[in-house]
Amino acid sequence: MSTGTRDYVEELRDMDNSRIGLYAVLLFGIVFYLFPVETAVMTMFKTQGEFARTLPFAPPSADGFTLSALATAWNTLRPGLLNSLVMAIPATIMSALLGSLTAYGLTTISWRGQVGVVVFIIAGIFIPYQAVLVPLAQFWYQILPGLLNGFVNTVFGFITGGDWAYPSRNGYVQLFQLSITHGAYGIPICTLLFRSYYQAISDEMIEAARLDGASAFSIYRNIILPLSLPMFAVTLIYQFTQVYNDLLFALVLVNEPAAQVATQRLAALTGGVVQSFNTTMAGAIVAAFPTLLVYIVFGEQFAKGVAGEN
Amino acid sequence: MREILSRLRAAGGGLRAAISRDESNGDQLATDGGTTVTTAGDDTLRKSLPVEWELVESAPFWLPPVLLAGFFVYGAIAWNFLLSLTDYNGLGGATYANFDFSMYARMLNDGAFWHAAQNTVVLLVVFTVLCLALGLLVAILIDQNIRFENSFRTIYLLPMSLSFVVTATMWAWVYNARSGVFNQLLRLFNLEGLLVGLLRPAGVNAEVIQWLSWNTTALAAVIFALIWQFSGYAMVVFLAGLRAIPQAHYEAARVDGATTVRMYMRVIIPQLRASAVSASVVLMVFALKAFDFIYALRGSQPGANMDILATMMYRVAFDSLQWAYGSAIAIVLFALALLVIGPYLYSEYRRGEL
Repeated sequence: MSTGTRDYVEELRDMDNSRIGLYAVLLFGIVFYLFPVETAVMTMFKTQGEFARTLPFAPPSADGFTLSALATAWNTLRPGLLNSLVMAIPATIMSALLGSLTAYGLTTISWRGQVGVVVFIIAGIFIPYQAVLVPLAQFWYQILPGLLNGFVNTVFGFITGGDWAYPSRNGYVQLFQLSITHGAYGIPICTLLFRSYYQAISDEMIEAARLDGASAFSIYRNIILPLSLPMFAVTLIYQFTQVYNDLLFALVLVNEPAAQVATQRLAALTGGVVQSFNTTMAGAIVAAFPTLLVYIVFGEQFAKGVAGEN
Repeated sequence: MREILSRLRAAGGGLRAAISRDESNGDQLATDGGTTVTTAGDDTLRKSLPVEWELVESAPFWLPPVLLAGFFVYGAIAWNFLLSLTDYNGLGGATYANFDFSMYARMLNDGAFWHAAQNTVVLLVVFTVLCLALGLLVAILIDQNIRFENSFRTIYLLPMSLSFVVTATMWAWVYNARSGVFNQLLRLFNLEGLLVGLLRPAGVNAEVIQWLSWNTTALAAVIFALIWQFSGYAMVVFLAGLRAIPQAHYEAARVDGATTVRMYMRVIIPQLRASAVSASVVLMVFALKAFDFIYALRGSQPGANMDILATMMYRVAFDSLQWAYGSAIAIVLFALALLVIGPYLYSEYRRGEL
């Protein structure tokens, strides 16, 4: 009996020790996952001399504190931030809406062989975008302008005089093209996210509505869409982050300096010959700010979006 | 009730009211999974339609987006393949002539291609394995009924919400040879000289570790940073897997007197196979897409030590304007991705998970 009690006490003490160890490891995890961000924040407030002299994660001294790096980065990135938002928000809404419609047609309404279409569309999540880059550039810069020029000058030739040209070099046109491109490539992941959600919706309500003679559209509009709102939050947040964070498509589709998005401007800032790390770190934080804000406010939805991608 | 409803759903759409009356009349609704329904009156409509009514009814919802995404995904890949067979290069439009596999033959004799291919495979495998291992460890730690679980999880996942360009910028500073965190810490503990001796490639004279340019460390440095960014993802997937394991399995192992380590090794981790498979597929795809990170770190010419197929493709096509060759490299990259996702999607399909 007494040994039993002692065992119990020892176990409790061991457990306490292991709990302390556990929390120590978890705290080390915080250090590991945050130190690059923390050093970036500290460095962006330091003068050139200060960041070369001090430990990167230490806060700046009173003499070495400056806001000028942040100001420089902000001025460089500000037009890019605006372009990113103008491009990413419509692209995100487009992917989410089309993804929801696709998932509805492929899940809630069930028919034989639809799994084939599901596989077809879901495989699109996983392709490396390098495999579509050259055709994308061809499409937006050669084929589409060619077709549009021909069409407009033939049909409206009496107005244009036959010399209308698609404004490929216009910054807004390039942003629009980038937005549509992101919107289209976002459909597969959004479909997957909505599909797993719709699979969990009970059939009974939908069947009842069908028996009452409701059309497929009215079922979508009145039952599915209102039920999808939480999933729209997840999808919009996840997809916005993905689109905003992308560099590759922007590099290929946007070459007008005025239309460059935030990631492009940050990459240009980093690639400069002079390594002013206070400015580049400030640039990183400024460019990350919209997604960081979204993540901090909607972290739960982001985690759900991430977990849905498997 | 639900079964009947789903049988009803399998029947034709236009005759729902009639069918629902039929239902009350008795069990005339025989169905073999929704194809042949022997309800009188339904046959006429059914026969007049070459396809299921549900397909027709649902098409306005899924067909336009599927065509749009299909055009951008599969249309573009097919187009890319076509371009890879041409000799298209330089400024100006593509010429679709002289179709052959010369670009693929060129690859075989291109040292840069083999470097990039090797780096891609190493990155893919090492990054995925280590990311899974770290993610699993963190998920198990988080799963111990800890306080502030949500806060820990949010912080661990935070790097994944950042752009590759942002994280590359931050890591360029961490790896900076003169004043970056790593070298300063090593200096602080007097370990720098030792590591320089260990890691310095032959023929190099530097006294500080050039993490991003030494051939001994460049790829490892990229992999380490990517693990930092994506192990949080593996954690989330494993955590979901752990939460799906019934509590009884833990208790049974405890009753059997298994130690914690044994319990996890023998009972819990084997049940996480599905999580591991799906996480590794996504991680491998991330690794194939690591272009943004390397481009932001080193530009389009990261050097042979860090070059992967994704950066090489971009450089060949968009810097050197060798479109056909770039397309051919892209097809190889696509084939690699297909090797990863093909079996995965097939097995998911077989298990009815899609």
